[in-house]
Amino acid sequence: MYVAVKGGERAIDSAHAWLAEERRGDLSIAELSVPQIRAQLALAVNRVMAEGSLYDPDLAALAIKQSRGDLIEAVFLIRAYRTTLPRFGASRPVETAQMAVIRRISATFKDLPGGQILGPTFDYTHRLLDFKLAAEGDAPPAAATAPAGLAAVPRVTDFLNRDGMIETEARSDATPPDLTREPMEMPSQRPLRLQALTRGDEGFILSLAYSTQRGYGRTHAFVGELRIGMVAVQMDIPELGFAVDIGEVELTECETVNQFKGSKTEPPQFTRGYGLVFGQTERKAIAMSLVDRALRWKELGEENIGAPAQDEEFVLMHADNVQATGFLEHIKLPHYVDFQSELELIRRLRADVFATQEAAE
Amino acid sequence: MTAAFDTTARQAWMGLLARAIPARLEQLFPDLPPHDMLRPPEVGAVMVQGRAGGTGQPFNLGEVTVTRCALRLASGAVGHAHVQGRDKAHATRAAVLDALLQTDAAAPLRASVLAPLEAEETARRATRAAKAAATRVEFFTLVRGEDQ
Repeated sequence: MYVAVKGGERAIDSAHAWLAEERRGDLSIAELSVPQIRAQLALAVNRVMAEGSLYDPDLAALAIKQSRGDLIEAVFLIRAYRTTLPRFGASRPVETAQMAVIRRISATFKDLPGGQILGPTFDYTHRLLDFKLAAEGDAPPAAATAPAGLAAVPRVTDFLNRDGMIETEARSDATPPDLTREPMEMPSQRPLRLQALTRGDEGFILSLAYSTQRGYGRTHAFVGELRIGMVAVQMDIPELGFAVDIGEVELTECETVNQFKGSKTEPPQFTRGYGLVFGQTERKAIAMSLVDRALRWKELGEENIGAPAQDEEFVLMHADNVQATGFLEHIKLPHYVDFQSELELIRRLRADVFATQEAAE
Repeated sequence: MTAAFDTTARQAWMGLLARAIPARLEQLFPDLPPHDMLRPPEVGAVMVQGRAGGTGQPFNLGEVTVTRCALRLASGAVGHAHVQGRDKAHATRAAVLDALLQTDAAAPLRASVLAPLEAEETARRATRAAKAAATRVEFFTLVRGEDQ
């Protein structure tokens, strides 16, 4: 049956005009600028870059402004913009060992080379609302400084590795699969899983990681090392025949150290989970490393207890908040014809039931 | 026409120009000499890769916006640029400088453009490192009463 589909244009135009007005809000309040969002809502910007899978703080800040602070909508805008860009190529894998760290902590070793560097953290704050921030205040006092070198700090897993106490990552230069180019294939390889996890929804990855800690695929994770800082992005330029730095990105890296009893081929040793995320995104990076480790049960010969975090299809197919939103929200769009057929089906079934009842009486 | 330079030096200045703050670069080198575009400035994306565990198999971390440009100066020198972000003027200026730095004009430009950029970048990094160093934990052990 044909259903009239025209007639919404004027209503849609009016709705969008009202949206623009609501976005700006009360005109007696100063308008928020994109540089303000970029500078002062930096962690929201980081989340949009991580889940939008595009490192560009100005665009992420613009997306947050346009979406009125709806971060999943902002991620959607970034993903849509990304599809308009030609792909120039891939960088060399970033050298996180060379990171200029602003934060670097280990939960496994107190006195580690390079030290415990807290950085600009919410940890140890009292989580009491600071009403001073509600008033237009003066600039805060400058952060303290101390003499520092620019040398890179060593990795925790490297010095655990010297005794063979922890598994070694097999280095390769294989071209990784790219889920933005080809559909995901199951069973998946770890590089594909890591790509899906790093761009996955923070809430979803967090909850899965939490579920492993509560017993649904427990992996006994310690944070071997968490580091945040700037890393150079280097790319081979074919027409030049050498690699150049094209810029630098801020990354959060988390390496977990996990218990492992050993298998037929491997002696008892610690195993590893890995998280690497754009921006200062510590919760996400820790959660990613826990979920990465839980998904490795098969290659480590561990038992599948049927936990959600062990089910790669469940994890990878539901981690993307743009896909999830698209499918979830499409059910609010016109389904008049679908619904008409359902309505007729129910009417016929009810008529059949009433007819049978009448016949029985 | 072309001055002596090696690939390492060129990599260093191309990286420095790419990481430069566009407004600062414009301040240091405001006027561009005539040039023909070989590849007009174009905005695109580069897929950034990481490695599992920091050292293992490569994986795709996400993309970064990049603007690239290639051009030729009247002297025949060719300059290239790949710079992070979407600033076409930044890419053009970096490509012009890349071309000039391969010629006899290099020495004064090293002093007037590269040296200040490098000093400012080092200062920015040192400031962050110094703030980080101030948050380094200095553990000390409390002696408990019964152990004395």
